[in-house]
This record gives sequence, C-alpha cells and structure tokens, in this order.
Amino acid sequence: MSASHTLLEVRDLAKHFTVTKGFPRPVTTTVRAVDGVGFVVARGEAFGLVGESGCGKSTAARAVLGLIPPDAGHVRFAEIDVTGARGSMLQQLRRRMQIVFQDPYSSLNPRRTIGQALTEPLGVHGLARGRAARERAIALLEEVGLPPSAYDRHPHEFSGGQRQRVGIARALSVEPELIVADEPVSALDVSVQAQVLLLLKDLQTRRGLAFVFVSHDLGVVRWFCSRVAVMYLGRIVETGSVSSVFGAPRHPYTRMLRDASPIPDPAIRGQLPRIVGEIPSAANPPAGCHFHPRCPRASDLCRTAFPEWRADGDGAVACHHPED
Amino acid sequence: MTDVALSEPRSSWRVMAGRLLSDPVTLAGVILCAIVLAGALLAPWLAPRDPLEQNIIDRLAGPGSEYLLGTDQFGRDVLSRLLWGARISLLVSFLSIASAVVVGGAIGMVSGYIGGRFDLVTMQVMDVLLSFPSLILGMIMVALLGSSVTNLIIAISLTAIAPFARIARAPVLVIKERAFIEAGRALGFSHLRILLVHVLPNIVTDLLVMGTLWMATAVRTEASLSFIGLGVKPPTPTWGGMMRDGFENILDSAWLCIWPGLAILVLVLGLNLVGDGLCDVTDPKANAQ
Amino acid sequence: MIAFIIRRLLASIPTLLAVLTLVFLLVRVVPGDPAIAILGDRATPETLAALRAELGLDRWIGAQYFDFLGHAILGDLGTSMVTHRPVWTEIAEALPHTIVLTLAAMAIGCLIGIPAGVWAALNRNGPVDVLTRLLSLLGLSFPVFVSGIFLLIVFALQLHLFPVIGNPRPGDWIDGLHKLVLPAVTLGVVMAAYVVRVTRSSMLQVLGEDYIRTARAKGVPRRAIIWRHGLSNALIPVVTVVGLYVGILIGNSVLTEIVFNRPGLGKVIVSALTKRDYTMLQGMMVIYCFLIVVVNLITDISYGFIDPRVKQ
Repeated sequence: MSASHTLLEVRDLAKHFTVTKGFPRPVTTTVRAVDGVGFVVARGEAFGLVGESGCGKSTAARAVLGLIPPDAGHVRFAEIDVTGARGSMLQQLRRRMQIVFQDPYSSLNPRRTIGQALTEPLGVHGLARGRAARERAIALLEEVGLPPSAYDRHPHEFSGGQRQRVGIARALSVEPELIVADEPVSALDVSVQAQVLLLLKDLQTRRGLAFVFVSHDLGVVRWFCSRVAVMYLGRIVETGSVSSVFGAPRHPYTRMLRDASPIPDPAIRGQLPRIVGEIPSAANPPAGCHFHPRCPRASDLCRTAFPEWRADGDGAVACHHPED
Repeated sequence: MTDVALSEPRSSWRVMAGRLLSDPVTLAGVILCAIVLAGALLAPWLAPRDPLEQNIIDRLAGPGSEYLLGTDQFGRDVLSRLLWGARISLLVSFLSIASAVVVGGAIGMVSGYIGGRFDLVTMQVMDVLLSFPSLILGMIMVALLGSSVTNLIIAISLTAIAPFARIARAPVLVIKERAFIEAGRALGFSHLRILLVHVLPNIVTDLLVMGTLWMATAVRTEASLSFIGLGVKPPTPTWGGMMRDGFENILDSAWLCIWPGLAILVLVLGLNLVGDGLCDVTDPKANAQ
Repeated sequence: MIAFIIRRLLASIPTLLAVLTLVFLLVRVVPGDPAIAILGDRATPETLAALRAELGLDRWIGAQYFDFLGHAILGDLGTSMVTHRPVWTEIAEALPHTIVLTLAAMAIGCLIGIPAGVWAALNRNGPVDVLTRLLSLLGLSFPVFVSGIFLLIVFALQLHLFPVIGNPRPGDWIDGLHKLVLPAVTLGVVMAAYVVRVTRSSMLQVLGEDYIRTARAKGVPRRAIIWRHGLSNALIPVVTVVGLYVGILIGNSVLTEIVFNRPGLGKVIVSALTKRDYTMLQGMMVIYCFLIVVVNLITDISYGFIDPRVKQ
C-alpha cells in the first residue's frame, strides 16, 4: 500500500487506566485497555475492529480521534500527527474525522432541535451560516433519508434508527474523510440495523469515506468491511482481509469468534460453537499469550511468552501455534 | 435530580405554567407572592403615609381608622413601613440568591465538568463552607463587612453558594458522560461552548426550582439578621427591624410584632408553596406517580 | 467497623484544618481594620498601633496563621478583647444551655416529625397527607424568631402558662424544665416540619420497593411490614437529614435564645458581634464548626451501624 493511499496510520497505541483503591493500604490497579495496537486504513476503505466487549476496541477508537490522550504510540491522519496536534491544527483534524456512536439516545442533546444539532458544527467551523446552513442541513437530512420536516423537531420525536440517521448526518456535516463508527447498529432493532448499514455503505461509495468500524458482530463486519483486525484484551491478535481472516482463521480466538457467530446456512446447523470460558479482566491479564486459558491449542510456551507477529500474505497473526 | 437532567425536554413553559396553576396549593403560593410583590412595587402609591414620618403624639397607637395597622414607638405608620419593607426583603433575597445561583452554579458546573483532582478540591472547599451554620456565617460576614444593602446581599449569597454548587454539579456528572458531549468534542466545539450550549440548558431548571426555595430561606435570613440588628440600618423600614422594634414593646403593643411577622410568613410561605409546586411539576418521577 | 470509624476520624482532620483556615481568612481578609472597628475612627495612631500589637495584627500574616492554628489545636482560643477572660471559659459557661436546648428541640422534632411522616406516607394523597404537607410547609416558613415571638405572645402574655423570660434559676431543674418548654417547642416545631417531609418521601420510596411487595405477598402482617421492613430502612436518609439539620438548628438556637432571653451561645455571639470582639467571634466560629464536624462524624458512624452497606 503506497503512502498516498494511506489515510490513517496507528502505531503502538496504548492507553492504560489506573485506579487506586483501599484503606489503609491503597492498591493501584492498572487496566491496560489498549496495549500496543497498530493498523493502517486506506482512503475510502472500511476497516473493521472486532472483539468481545471489554477488549479495548472502543478505547482504541477514541484514542484515534484524539478524544482521549493515549499513553504511548502515534496516530497519523493524512500525514499529520494527531497525538501531538493542538489548537487550530486539532480543530482542522477534528473536522476531517468524525464519530458515530452506539447509543442513539444519548448521542443527541435532548434540548436541541435536529436543525440546531446539524447547523451548530457548520457555524463552529465557519462552513455555513444562517440560510445557507439551513439548506445544507436539510440536504444532509435528505442524504440520510429523513424528511426536511425533521429540521425543527426534537430528538425524542424520533425512533432509534431515525436518531442514528441524525447522528450520521451530524458527523457528515463537517465533510469528514474518515468516520469512526463505534458499534453503530448494535443498539438498534435487527430490522433497522440493515437499513442503517445500507445507508453507511451507500455513503462510503458515494462520498469515498473511510471507516473504522468497531463492532462485536462478525456478521456485520464481514458484510461492511474489506479488512479487519481482531482484538483480544487490548491487543490485536489477527489482521487481514475479511475473506481470509473469517474464511480461514489462523488464530484460535478468531476461529472461536467465527464459530460462535450464527451463519444463515442450515447445512452447518448442529455444529456447536466452541466457546470456552469468559474474557479475563484486563486489569489482571494472564501471563504469556493472554488467550491461553481459553485456547484449545495452548502449550507451555503460550503460558510464558507472548507470541510475536507473523506476517502472512496480506494479513498477520500473533500466535505460537497458528492454524493452517 | 439526575433523572431530571436526563429526561427529554419537558413540555413547553406554557404547558408547565398551566399545570402549575391548576394545583390549588401552588396557586395559593403564587397569589401570596403576587400580593407581596404588588405591595412592594406599588408602595409609593399604596402607602398612606411616609414610612419615616414620626408623629410623637400618636406613638404606639393601636390599629384603627387613623392608622390602619397602628403606629410604632416613634409614631410611624406600620402599614406604610410594611409596604416599603417588602422592597428590602424582595430586593435582598432576590439579588443574593440570583448571585448565588450564578456563582455557585458556575462553580459546580465547571468543577463537575473538569472532574478529577480539581473537582475533589473544589468540592472539599464547598463542604467546608457548608459545614458553617449559614445564619451564623451571615451574621459574621455582615458584622465584618458592615451593614449595607450590598453587604447584606454578599453575606447571604455567600451562605447559599455551596448548596448551589452541589445542586449544579450532580447532574453535570451524569450529563458529561453522555455521548452528545463527546460528539461535541469530536466536532471541535470549545469547552466553553459545550458548557454553555449543551450542559447549562440541561441543569437550568433544577437551578431555578432550587432558587425559588432558597429565596424563601434568604427572606428568612435577611429578616433574622435585621431582627438581631445586623440588617439594613434604621430608619429604613425592614420587616425584621420592625419585629425588633416591636419586641422591645411587646408587653403593651404586641401587634407591632404580629404585623411584620405575618408579612414575613406570607412571603416565605408563598415562595415555599411555589417552589414545592415547581419541584413537583419539573420532576418526571413525581409526574409519573 | 473500627477501621471504618478510624477512616472517618482521619477524614475529618483535613475538614477541621480547612475550617480553621477559613475562619482565619474570614476575620483577616475581609476588608476593614479590626483595630479601627474596635476603637472607632477617632482613635489616635498610637492607641491603634498599641491595639494592633496587642492583637498581634502587626506581625506577618503567615506567623499569625500558624500561631492561631497551633493554639486552636491545643484548645487555646485566646482571650476576649472585651471581657479579657479566656474565650474558652466564656463559651464553656454558655455551651451547656445551648446543648440542652438543642437536644430538647431535636427530641421534639423527631418525636413529632417521624410518626407524622409515616402517617402521611401511609395515607398518601389522602386528607392527612395534604394536611401534613401544608402544615410542614407552614412550619418551614416561620423564621424561628417569628414563631418564638408568636408563641410568647399567646402562651406567656395572653394565657400566662409560661414565663416570659427563660433564664432558669440555677439548681432548680423543675423551673429549668418549665422555662425550656417554649424555646424547645419553637425550635423543635421547625425541625419537625423538616423531618416530616424527609420521612414521608423516604417511607414512600421504601414502600414501593420489591422486598415490601414480597413481604406483602408472603402474608407478613401490615404492622410488621410498616415498622420492621419499612421504617427501619426509611430511617437511613432521615438520620442524615437530622445530622445535616444541626447546622440550621445551631443558627436558629441563636435567635431562640435572644427571643426568650436565655443564656447560651446565642447571647455570647450577639454581644461579641455588637462589641466587635474579634477573638471571641473567631473562637465561636471554631466551636460551631467543631460541633458540626463532630455531629457529621456521629451521623456517618451511626450510618455504619444502621446500614451494613456503608462499612465497605
């Protein structure tokens, strides 16, 4: 992949949270929510970040946007260092990358009309004011499939799916090149999920948007993304094209995830998914490969040493005993 | 409190006012407040005499046709003094609570929004302020600053800043975790814009409701300070000061204490009834019941 | 439990230090020269300087602060600038009267307030509830000096049931009790109005909980539901409120003591205020805040006893 195609580059990103609790002897616990994550997203590409809840994928997404300061690592967006950006530089970057949230109920200010939510960013970035802003907002509403009459309404008059469309329109208002979608459909009814996904796909092709698509739903990622990274306890364990990662998983965790996700094919029905154990706490991850307590292929090596990356075709895997 | 902040925008002000006035108890409170407000505003026209005019011959005259509510020990007309005294009560209580709402609200909002160690220290300071008995804090402040209307307002607002900081902070802690705040940051909004446009409107109702209830407290505090002799200086008529004068003559002219006492009661009760009604109307949990 | 108490004790130390600092700042930083305030505008520069030296006001403010802090921690609150007696002695003479009055008022407040609150909650939206709400709002609307004077007019001046002046004869405790009634009722009724509201809402909340419904479904007698399951849980917030109310009670006791002309901290502070007795005022503030910090501590610890969840 040539540099001019690269839009987002994340290197060795880490974010640790520390909690001090207890009396009279306070104990400090460090949660390594994100622990050395790196990936690259090309212009116009949909990149998936999957994993169970608590694996740090949302934290990584927020650090990419500069919403939380990372403890280590670099995020470069279009050759600009995001982690070091301040002031007007950061303001410019903020305009170029946007976020769509999981919960459409808390992502809109209940006291502001849809129109206010859409025109406010236009004013802040000096893109349009007054009448022009109103026209742009209404065009945005149409683009996401909402009637112009939505402009003067409040969020509580809309359903979850409609609110999510408003949230998408608000992200689009500043004409970003990258959208971080943090579980954008998982809070919606299944019937609505497909509509919102189709809208996002449509926007991707029409506007040439790049996506970092955070989800725990493999089916959705498989459909939406072209490349994917699988996260486990703050680290990426496998990455590659969607077809190779999900078609022929090499990391036992990826296989476990894939086998656990329902596949609409009655012929495969009856094969019970091999889900073993629960995700351990990120505050106290197991030594060696974090996955070894749940792994059917674990050896003594896995219990002591963390596996190195192994590049393999277009993908890579961090496992001592990858599947073939 | 937190649920209030998270609720959908409540029905419009007009609907809310309608619901407020349909409750007879609240309506009574509104009427009581309106009476006092009208008396204060129209004092120059309603008062039969100059509140400072002394008629030594008629001193301590009982209520009658000449002096509707009687006269005090200097022969001043009690009714006129009551009407003019209402101005001081309303002025001092309103301005002191308004400034406490602004200052305390701003402290609580910013402290909760910033969070972390700053919040911890700020709230510790507020707790120390709260641990002072408010009336005694007010007494000492007035004694140190000297008694003038401005100093009285400063002293009373100081006793109410800490509670308003707490009232403002609690919902901010919940609101700032909501995604629309993060969306604002992602969209490049300044912290000031987020605070004023996205946080403040969500807590302003709470502040106004509590402001009404605290205004009742401020009226009581002002009257109490005047009664102790730390209020606005005589001969300016104040209700607490009139109680003080009357108390010195309580053995033979008890009415001198009764009229200002009732006036204080009417205003404080009115404010409490309105505040109580506002609480019910703005609290969705109470509405659901 | 002991670890919990120790933790709370340690946590109140910074609060006390902060309170002392605030007291110091209030008296020093507030504009106005205490020496001029005491001696008046016509005092000569020499007498002013002499007074400043006597009060230690001519020294560096940091030295004054640590001096004040050190003495306050050791219980030395200085000497009154008016009576020239130790501040602590003056306060110690008045304190028992105020504590007796305050405790009596708390007893009246709880004995009226808690049962009335439970009664109102059990008759929610009924006539009893509405009447309680109105009466409690009325009670909350009385500044204590107004209710005190009104009670004085009715029961002492008109009905002659109680004496006008509440200064008890030393040693005669029946006389003391007799003279305590009106002031204690004055203070207690306002507190009862407060306690009623908290008890009512707390009781209503508890009665709506699932475990009450379960108890009812199991056929637990109504009386046991109300008293054992309901009130014992509903009392937890009431205890907090009673603790918080002590601050208001202390302020109100000043007014009550003036109205009934009773000895106590109220009279001491008012005379200190009018005579600009700065050391006395400073000492009074320290004592008041100390009392409130101690009450908060007791409230927290009793919380630990009532509510097993707090200990963790």
